Amino acid sequence: MSMYKLGVIGDKDTVLAFKALGLSTFPVSSPDEGERALKSMARENYAVIFITEQIASQIKGAIDKFGDDILPSIILIPNNQGPLGIGMQNIRSSVEKAIGVDIFFESEGEEIEGR
Amino acid sequence: MEIRVSPTRMELTKLKKRVAIATRGHKLLKDKQDELIKKFVDLVRRNKELREQVEKELTSALQDFVMARALMPEEILEESLMYPIASVDLEVGRKNIMSVIVPTIESNDQTEGDKNIYSYGFANTSGQLDDAITTLSGVLSKMLELSEVEKTCQLMAVEIEKTRRRVNALEHIMIPQMTEAIKYITMKLEENERSNITRLMKIKDMVMVEGRV
Repeated sequence: MSMYKLGVIGDKDTVLAFKALGLSTFPVSSPDEGERALKSMARENYAVIFITEQIASQIKGAIDKFGDDILPSIILIPNNQGPLGIGMQNIRSSVEKAIGVDIFFESEGEEIEGR
Repeated sequence: MEIRVSPTRMELTKLKKRVAIATRGHKLLKDKQDELIKKFVDLVRRNKELREQVEKELTSALQDFVMARALMPEEILEESLMYPIASVDLEVGRKNIMSVIVPTIESNDQTEGDKNIYSYGFANTSGQLDDAITTLSGVLSKMLELSEVEKTCQLMAVEIEKTRRRVNALEHIMIPQMTEAIKYITMKLEENERSNITRLMKIKDMVMVEGRV
């Protein structure tokens, strides 16, 4: 067991709230900055990285690269404007990957576009 | 589709052994896959619940926070939050679920003194800010659980996919190919046997004809 850190990437308004709790925060305003922050955090012993869906949706490729690694665990969070549903979509896609069919979300079919 | 083999008894024995091993491996992998999926389904259900809760609570906490900061001058707010008292460290362990290594994440609270989570005096800040921070710190523990569960689900999904591929490769390619090869060898050997018998019969006839003369 060794010590790991916990960080937040997001727009300024969202990260400020987490700063009050003692998390390390990385306010970013562009996808490029977000990607850079993510990469440097991944190198620096961060076990959990919370990232707002708004930013995450723009740097999906960089996030997916960590999909197979045990750490860091990159978790999408909504910002103060409410969730975009990307986090849920990710759960859904891992279900599809594992089982082949989506077995949990069928009841919410109307939320899934094109289905 | 077929494997090129020389039709000998050696080859046949070898192939039979390989089929036996492949069948056993297939059964084991299939069991592993079933168990993984069983665990995965439970986990993913939990994951979904947690995410729903976190998304709801976090959005409202952040909205409270926005309200709170609207009531205060920017500089004072930033100054108040400049030096947080609490610091969150994580303890990360490893757990083995059906040979998938997953992290266990726990927060290691290092709040100094009593349960004071406010990094500021109450003179210049609004009451809403206190409320917002209190709710937010409540959500944080759920967020950490979410981070553990969600990562576990992702890793297991990858492993299940891999296992499924292996199972399918064994079931639909390896085993049929080898059975095919075994069949080929057996038939070839039988064929040789038969041609040998006919040859012997022919020779016997010839010898008998010659003997009579």
